Amino acid sequence: MDSVNGAVWVLVLPFALAAVALLAAAANAALDGRTRGVSTTSGWVAPLQESARLLRQQRRTLPGADSLLWRIGGAGLVVAAVLKVLVVPFGGFTFADLSVGLVWFNAMDVLLWALWWLLGWGANSAWSLVGGYRFLAQALSYELPLMFALTAPAIGAGSLRLLDIQDAQSGLWFVVWMPVAFLVFAASVVAFSSWGPFQTATGRDAAGGVIGELSGVDRLVVLAGRYMILVAGAAFSVPLFFGGGSGPWLPAGVWVVIKTLAVVALLLTVRRLFPTLRPERLAEVALVLIMPLVLVQVAVAAVIVVVNGGAL
Amino acid sequence: MSVVLFWFFSIVAVASAAAVFIVNSMARASYALALSFIAVGAIIVQLELDYIGVITILMMVMEMAIMAVFMVMYMGMNPALMPMDMRHNKHRSAIIAVFVFVLLAAGALLIPWPERMGVPAANVTASLGESLMGSKMLVMLVISPVLFATIIASLVLANPRGRYDRRGDNLDRRGADGRSEPEDPIRGGLGR
Repeated sequence: MDSVNGAVWVLVLPFALAAVALLAAAANAALDGRTRGVSTTSGWVAPLQESARLLRQQRRTLPGADSLLWRIGGAGLVVAAVLKVLVVPFGGFTFADLSVGLVWFNAMDVLLWALWWLLGWGANSAWSLVGGYRFLAQALSYELPLMFALTAPAIGAGSLRLLDIQDAQSGLWFVVWMPVAFLVFAASVVAFSSWGPFQTATGRDAAGGVIGELSGVDRLVVLAGRYMILVAGAAFSVPLFFGGGSGPWLPAGVWVVIKTLAVVALLLTVRRLFPTLRPERLAEVALVLIMPLVLVQVAVAAVIVVVNGGAL
Repeated sequence: MSVVLFWFFSIVAVASAAAVFIVNSMARASYALALSFIAVGAIIVQLELDYIGVITILMMVMEMAIMAVFMVMYMGMNPALMPMDMRHNKHRSAIIAVFVFVLLAAGALLIPWPERMGVPAANVTASLGESLMGSKMLVMLVISPVLFATIIASLVLANPRGRYDRRGDNLDRRGADGRSEPEDPIRGGLGR
């Protein structure tokens, strides 16, 4: 694709990502609504209604709030989500063909450590700060397994470039022989979005945590950014584990979107099977149980690559 | 274009580094430093050392986030949350800063830099990995356990409800009610 076309698509990208995030939020609200006996339609429109309400709401700031850092934390979530999708290949086309695309994704998810904490810090509220520190405590548990889970596809393809990783799966998708790496990656996506079972940073038991003091458009940006990160993580799993744009009949770019939506649907469904996990409990699970499992996964992948002389 | 980018990142790096000492909040100082490192990482990427540049950004942002944890753990809440002056021992540190700056700037300007002799490797990331894991492997093997032991030791010392606190220095203290294990207010996720 030529550079002019790419420049146009890069302008479309944030809005497309926001649209998919809205779709995910709507589906989630519909599922939530169904368990409470609300009609499915009012579930689907709930995020739109909430957006309209927040847009009209007056912005509220506590005295002594560090507004600069607070706003950076909120807007940064959206920016980090877009920066993650920049390296995702849509078939042969990618916005930024970095030779270290995988490390780029890792750097962006570490950026979320800073952003969630800044959100908690900036509000000048004790509960928000508790939420920020909860996120960091959780991050210490998920980040190491995530880094090793990211290592597995890189070993399989022998490259850190996303296009190479995608192309290495022409024979067999990595998810087939790296299932543990995919599960850890998917759980980490949910964790760095502070969503689902890993939402203690925004938990009701801490009066909303990092989002407790947010109001108006600030709150809207953070809630949207959270779903955008979730969708960006799901999109990133496609070149890593699901063969990128490979698929019959349709163009590769469309397949990437379809697979992303499938992974998001998976996350929305599986989320309901797990209770919220407190960070101090997660630490032991992640470091005593998950870490050895994911290390074995990396070792198995490495042995397969050496014996087979490349990806399966 | 690359010259403009270089100057942009350089100015961001220097300006945010200066901001570390101008702002009066620990959080702003920490993240001004993170921004400075991000700009340095971007300059390293401009040198076509993609891996080192991106990993610099990754490590430094993570480091600043962890520093926020240690900030509260070691300093207590009050000094970390209150506005405070980021400069300490002002006169001597100003003298040291000026001296080091003059030394480094003079070095950078006055040294007769040699012409480039060889050519960079085709895949710099792979050659970096080979030099780290190949001839420098022994150094890495020695350094890693030392660093790891340091981290563990600092956590054991800082954690007030760790198992050395609950079970005593020899890990042999028993529970008050005759149970085999002492009471643990917070059990881990695996029920131990």
